[in-house]
Amino acid sequence: MGANEIAANAAGVDNPEASEAAAGVAVTSEAAGARGGTSVSLRNLTRVFGATRALDEMSLEIAPGELVALLGPSGCGKTTALRIVAGFEYADFGAVLIDGKDISGVPAAKRDMGMVFQSYSLFPNMSAQENVAFGLRMRKVGGATRRKRAAELLDMVGLAAQAGQFPHQLSGGQQQRVALARALAIEPRVLLLDEPLSALDAKVRLQLREQIRTLQQRLGTTTLFVTHDQEEALSMADRVGVMRAGRLEQVAEPAELYSRPATAFVAEFVGTMNRLPAELGGGGTAVTVLGVTVPAQEGGPSSGPVDALVRPENLAVAAAEDGNGIVTGRTFLGAVTRVAVRLSGDTEVAVDVSSAAAAAMAPGTAVQVSIPEGPVLVAARTSD
Amino acid sequence: MAALTRAIESEAGTPPRPNRRPRSLPGWRWAILLITAVYFLLPLWGALRFSGVSAFGAVISEAGFGSSLWLSVRLAIVTTAITLALMVPTAVYVHLRLPQLRRVLDSITILPVVIPPVVLIIGVLQITRVAPSLQSSPYLLALEYVILSMPFAYRSIDAGLRSLDLKTITEASNSLGAGWVSTLWRVILPNLTTALLSATVLTVALVLGEYTMATLDLFQTFPVWIVVNDQVSAQVSVAASLLALFVTWLVLMLITLVGVRNSRRRGGGEVTLFTAAAPQTIGN
Repeated sequence: MGANEIAANAAGVDNPEASEAAAGVAVTSEAAGARGGTSVSLRNLTRVFGATRALDEMSLEIAPGELVALLGPSGCGKTTALRIVAGFEYADFGAVLIDGKDISGVPAAKRDMGMVFQSYSLFPNMSAQENVAFGLRMRKVGGATRRKRAAELLDMVGLAAQAGQFPHQLSGGQQQRVALARALAIEPRVLLLDEPLSALDAKVRLQLREQIRTLQQRLGTTTLFVTHDQEEALSMADRVGVMRAGRLEQVAEPAELYSRPATAFVAEFVGTMNRLPAELGGGGTAVTVLGVTVPAQEGGPSSGPVDALVRPENLAVAAAEDGNGIVTGRTFLGAVTRVAVRLSGDTEVAVDVSSAAAAAMAPGTAVQVSIPEGPVLVAARTSD
Repeated sequence: MAALTRAIESEAGTPPRPNRRPRSLPGWRWAILLITAVYFLLPLWGALRFSGVSAFGAVISEAGFGSSLWLSVRLAIVTTAITLALMVPTAVYVHLRLPQLRRVLDSITILPVVIPPVVLIIGVLQITRVAPSLQSSPYLLALEYVILSMPFAYRSIDAGLRSLDLKTITEASNSLGAGWVSTLWRVILPNLTTALLSATVLTVALVLGEYTMATLDLFQTFPVWIVVNDQVSAQVSVAASLLALFVTWLVLMLITLVGVRNSRRRGGGEVTLFTAAAPQTIGN
């Protein structure tokens, strides 16, 4: 996905009508029995597996009705955090509070949380309808009511016609939709999504992504969503928490996360980021990069050689005989083309330009790459 | 049993074997089938000729026939019940909570195959000293048969559990509000039907055919009665053996067919007696 697309998604996540039209679902809050949102609070969660600190004093506040995505590479602790909230793991230290009440000692079966798993989790011996009704059955809801509500929920996820089918007769996307209906059937206080789309193909993933977001917004269910896919996180979540080594590096709205990353890790994990050799001066407030001195974003080193972190769309490039780089390749991304440029000093950078302008920049063309005036994020030098 | 212990297509997703037809030597396949058929059927045919058709009618009226058969059936039921009650929760618990112990359990459950029956009998007698009435009861045999059937029952259940994403469906069930008993009863057991049937079939077959332990413990089960009766009327004894063989075979086929039908309905794929996870299957 191009950086522009990420930025566009990040800016346009709140459009339930458009999403609903795309997903083709008819949603009624009565069908799923929406309840008032629940607040979730993770306080200093720490979990140690042998020598590994899977979670290291992680804290996160989720407002009622909010969808927060935990994003991070494998092993960063995001799934452990979700499983602690679900009650499948315990924290060595810290607490999980639901509406201000500590639920650390409450077993998973009594937490009232709906969960959709990464792997297909439907019960193979039950039809789609029986799967959806299972949670209601455990709550001793009468047979007729159970069947009616299961039918409503299946209708809500667009699978009314598949009610009598068994999991093996459903596609992967259909199974995950049934799993979503099953999780919502119990009117959960919190919806937990553990990479529910990762096993699906790209097209189905996109549809289901929109459908989940639409339902979540309509029902106002507080949702914690774990993913390693930045596109999913940025396009679905109200806020995204980027995790690294058991800690939250930054929690912010998608657009802010993209445009004002707090750390070099966040900057490079979300979207594409160039590292340009630079020199920090002025007590850490100014940085000289590509021959230009611009303000340095706060929070970096105070002086010396550093890397300036600049997104491809924030760099400018133009053909110039005596420029500072040579075009080494182009990738067509639709409206924009990503141009790869090797700068003097062998630094490779990616620059996004309009596809029309990129036509004049064939590989081998001498170009001038320049940096914007605004403050740039700096990080310890690794670009050598 | 041989007919029933054919190769297995795994529920767990063993890739279907390529349909290779040895076109150059098709005759060999028929020859092997013929030789195998002769090997198994010739003794049966010989036994049938020896006993004669009239002996079959006489079997039922023989003294001890009904009581010994009924004892064997009761032992089969009790043994199966104890075996499943012990092995299912154990296997589920080990799969979910102590997966590192699976190899240890594999090794333990194979022990009854290598330990001589007389040693097992002495062991059971030592343990049941606390209950003398049990020692004189034929149900003592059921305890011994539980040990004997353990390798087969455990492997069937273990294979069934491996074919499920046990951790995920258990957690899904828990998150929907089901406690451990409900999860076991409503989610895990219904998905283990084939494995349970397989364990049942093997246990029943073992109990109905076991002779050594019964005779050492001085109980007249059906196999013991056949041997004893052999000294009175060889023809009737052979007819009883054949009858037992056919009835057992029919029961086992019936159980297998029910399992296959249920499995197909739920998408379990091709299922045979030893159910899933072929590498763990024991040949018998």
